Amino acid sequence: MSTQQPVLQLQNLTRVHGSGATEVHALRGIDLAVYPGELVAVMGPSGSGKSTLLTIAGGLDTPSSGRVIVEDTDITTATVKQLAALRRRSIGYVFQDYNLIPALTAAENVALPRELDGTSARKARVEALAALEEMGLGHLADRFPDEMSGGQQQRVAIARALVGDRRLVLADEPTGALDSETGESVLALLRSRCDAGAAGVLVTHEPRFAAWADRVVFLRDGAIVDQTVRSEADSLLSGQVAEA
Amino acid sequence: MSIRHGLLALLERGPRYGSQLRTEFESRTGSTWPLNVGQVYTTLNRLERDGMVAQGGQDEAGHALYAITEAGLAELRTWFEKPVDRTSPARDELAIKLAMAVGAPCVDIRDVIQSQRRHTVKAMQDYTRLKAQALVAVESGGARERDDVAWLLVLEQLIFQTEAEARWLDHCEARLIRLSTTMPPASPSASAPASGSASRSASPSAADPAPAPAPAAPNPITTTPASTSGGTR
Repeated sequence: MSTQQPVLQLQNLTRVHGSGATEVHALRGIDLAVYPGELVAVMGPSGSGKSTLLTIAGGLDTPSSGRVIVEDTDITTATVKQLAALRRRSIGYVFQDYNLIPALTAAENVALPRELDGTSARKARVEALAALEEMGLGHLADRFPDEMSGGQQQRVAIARALVGDRRLVLADEPTGALDSETGESVLALLRSRCDAGAAGVLVTHEPRFAAWADRVVFLRDGAIVDQTVRSEADSLLSGQVAEA
Repeated sequence: MSIRHGLLALLERGPRYGSQLRTEFESRTGSTWPLNVGQVYTTLNRLERDGMVAQGGQDEAGHALYAITEAGLAELRTWFEKPVDRTSPARDELAIKLAMAVGAPCVDIRDVIQSQRRHTVKAMQDYTRLKAQALVAVESGGARERDDVAWLLVLEQLIFQTEAEARWLDHCEARLIRLSTTMPPASPSASAPASGSASRSASPSAADPAPAPAPAAPNPITTTPASTSGGTR
């Protein structure tokens, strides 16, 4: 994994809100690299900076200092136009409340970023249908968001986040509005997309969902204070002998 | 753990020999609680002594077979019907450790919590990977389906258990923060910005009811007034 180029790199990232007496250090010197095929979960208490980290990684907010590199582009120095193109082509975002456009069908929602990027409507629809098919939603392509369940809408949102060649998906509490079973199926889907080569960052406060990640990063007061390291699971359930 | 009842449950399906019981027990539980064959025979001897199993001939390969008796069936039914007792909890090292860490001078309780949280979440990751494998096995069906379903249930029990622990650790940390913010400030300077360093010397007295926090030491949990305003979201 480490021989590959990271899809996302955060380098010495800081974010300060306000100034003087009301100054809040939301992020303090964050360093993080996420590789193709890797799903990283970010956990931490409310106000620890999880969502700030994600919005900056996705180019929706700017850091006070430090660098954000998505594939080969430093988005902190990119122009507005470059940034918009990068968001359309490289970065997919999944929100807690899905953020689908209610007047568009599932397929139109998924096709939209491709069309905005200049792909013909016909080709964009073909790509959108393929992405929906991968999510097991091919049969719902022409439904509107309000005709789908929460879990289905979130799967459409994941399809939209990964349509085309986008390899980075940033998910902010994607299971927050879903029941436990549906949340798990959404996570399993995100996991399988990462297994297929995408890089993912998942912000969650649910340990059960974070457990689907390869690595769990713990934030506290805007800094990474700890993380888990992946090991082989086979060694886990051994060595204990039951007592009669 | 009740190996006795586990063996009785397997014998209810028909006579079996010792190492066969061991293999089937481990298949059911995904080797979560490995048995050695000596334990199986010791348990069988005790069950035989108590009249719950009886030796009943040999199989074609010459293995001595054990069969469940009427008394054994009655014992098994009682076991399934009776809830597992949770009112006398086993001694829990983690609960004891955290209880002792409150106010302990040599350690920062938040570090104890975080160290355990990392370990617990890591265990959940491992269990979750095994669960993903078990799900694939269950969905693909096959001859071992009953064992795969049993293994899945065991894995999910482990996941729920570790999840409960992770939630409890989060709760402990939140509780300590809440208690520290409701305590009277040590001095006016304690609310000054802590020059950006989230000191690791969290007040071990955070949960101490006595209002005597360390003088002038800014509480690292509440570094600045604004830091608790949710402004980072």
